[in-house]
Amino acid sequence: MLAVPQDLEAEIDERITHYPVSKRSAVLPVLHHLQHHFGYISEEAVEWTAAKLGLEPIKVLEVVTFYPGFRQEAPGKYHIRVCRTLSCAMAGSYELMESLCEKAGIERSGVTHHHPIAVSADGRYSIEFAECLASCGFGPVCMVNDDFHEAVTDADGLLKHYS
Amino acid sequence: MAAITYKRGREPHGKEHRVIFRNIDREGWDASIDTYLEDGGYEPLKKALKMERAVITEEVKKSGLRGRGGAGFPCGIKWGFIPPTNTKPVYLICNADESEPGTFKDRYILHQDPHQLVEGMAIACFAVGAKLAYIYIREEFPEAAKIVEKAIAEAHEKGFLGKNIQGSGFDLEIYVHRGAGAYICGEETGLIESLEGKRPYPRIKPPYFPAAMGLYLCPTIVNNVETLCHVKHIIEMGGEEYAKTGTKNNTGTRILCVSGDVQKPGYYEVEVGKVTMGEVINDLCGGLKPGRELKAVIPGGSSAKVLRADEIYTVGRGDDARQLTIWDIPMDFDTMAACGSMAGSGGVIVMDDSRSMSWVLNNLNHFYAHESCGQCTPCREGSLWMKKITDRVVAGKASPSDVDTLYGVAKNIDGRTICAFGEACSWPTESFVEKFRDELVGDTKPELEGALVNAETLTAAASL
Repeated sequence: MLAVPQDLEAEIDERITHYPVSKRSAVLPVLHHLQHHFGYISEEAVEWTAAKLGLEPIKVLEVVTFYPGFRQEAPGKYHIRVCRTLSCAMAGSYELMESLCEKAGIERSGVTHHHPIAVSADGRYSIEFAECLASCGFGPVCMVNDDFHEAVTDADGLLKHYS
Repeated sequence: MAAITYKRGREPHGKEHRVIFRNIDREGWDASIDTYLEDGGYEPLKKALKMERAVITEEVKKSGLRGRGGAGFPCGIKWGFIPPTNTKPVYLICNADESEPGTFKDRYILHQDPHQLVEGMAIACFAVGAKLAYIYIREEFPEAAKIVEKAIAEAHEKGFLGKNIQGSGFDLEIYVHRGAGAYICGEETGLIESLEGKRPYPRIKPPYFPAAMGLYLCPTIVNNVETLCHVKHIIEMGGEEYAKTGTKNNTGTRILCVSGDVQKPGYYEVEVGKVTMGEVINDLCGGLKPGRELKAVIPGGSSAKVLRADEIYTVGRGDDARQLTIWDIPMDFDTMAACGSMAGSGGVIVMDDSRSMSWVLNNLNHFYAHESCGQCTPCREGSLWMKKITDRVVAGKASPSDVDTLYGVAKNIDGRTICAFGEACSWPTESFVEKFRDELVGDTKPELEGALVNAETLTAAASL
């Protein structure tokens, strides 16, 4: 069973009260809390969420597998999301992806639709393409964990910031 | 009141008319409630709480406010769709799932002026009788979610949310709900499913019009962030006064988000219909890059049909008919529709002559193939086919007839799906093929006609 620290569980319980009509509505928020703490959504996390909300585990799993925001594999210590969509691509996001991978020592050739994340050999960085991150005027943009970066031209500088 | 000054280098352009973005990049401004109150914040809410509910909706109708999320549907009319005989709870949801490629306006409201949104929501909730409301914020805005939650807590503390707001007897709770990276959650019924803790498969309309059967099958109003902010200003100045800004049937201001090949991309709030595409590109955005010529513009988010730079658009009927070049098109809902595209979410993507249209279309097709929810066959299969075909065009592995196949696939999605994603994903392909057919065909190879060039097809053929 998943070892959820007490304070995290208290936070989750408070969050569930935001949905007085249906506890099922709290599936996404509970998963966000767990992913934030554990880095990804494990099978145990799915079961824990289901038990917490009184749902069949499949009702949680189908949510996890649908939304790109939930990961089923552990990311690196710093997870980078590079915007792939038109305005950022026009501003050089594919080139940014390439240079981030090269400098962080990430091999992306094995990436597929269902396994979009590639991790560096040392586990420090992971990377994936994200669809439009909504800062199209200031591309290329990327996120590192919860931080947001606009007009990223210096891949080296970005990685050094998170070393 | 002291004159407003803006941070250096972030001053609004002279052709802008800042209402919603009045405080964005403002010198000395922060997201706290104290700053907001000093600026006269929450006075419109106090005013609204003393008005008859129906009168508020009437003011919003008079204002002519049209939804800023994409469809441009009149906001007051939407509110009026709640059945008058309704006895169920009513919910209001703010759609802050901003994810239409090319659109980046809500981000700044959420980060820099969250109380404007909270106040707009509180007024809207009072008008429609909602006691519980959610702000659905896309997962990629973690900082915004924190800022808005702080604003909600502050508003609670000052008695603008919670029980018996300002002694009016009106109770309201607003909660932030974070999405998880799916574009389809911007579709209002998909958003509602997501808020119910499910996969965001859009619901079929009828019968599931949110105003009648929305969240938990109760009447639900779903409005965009920018739309709800306008509500505050409509109550402040009155519907008729508000309707004096902008143009007839296209009232108020709206935020244009410009990206792509211009000197100064960014956000610009203008009166609807008062500036032209030419003014947007040449004045607000400082023109195209040196030595470049305009090739195409996507005027209202990536789902809007592309406009070609050398087209002549005929708008109006009979004696009112006039011909416009792309530079003359006023940025409003109706003219943009008459030009065969849409003003959509206000995301303007400018492309100059350095861009390959096959590459641009392929980029968009990747987006839609990734974001189709998979519920309806034409969209689930078609969006992927379109992506695979343009993958081949870009790789130089397509034949000329592939372009016709591509167009046929798009035409078979449009109008055959539960939600508007079907149109959203097929319109780019339809319009790019219609307007740039020669260029797309030019990227194909006649000798590949009839050849099995799809990698997956080849693999399948080899295993037979």
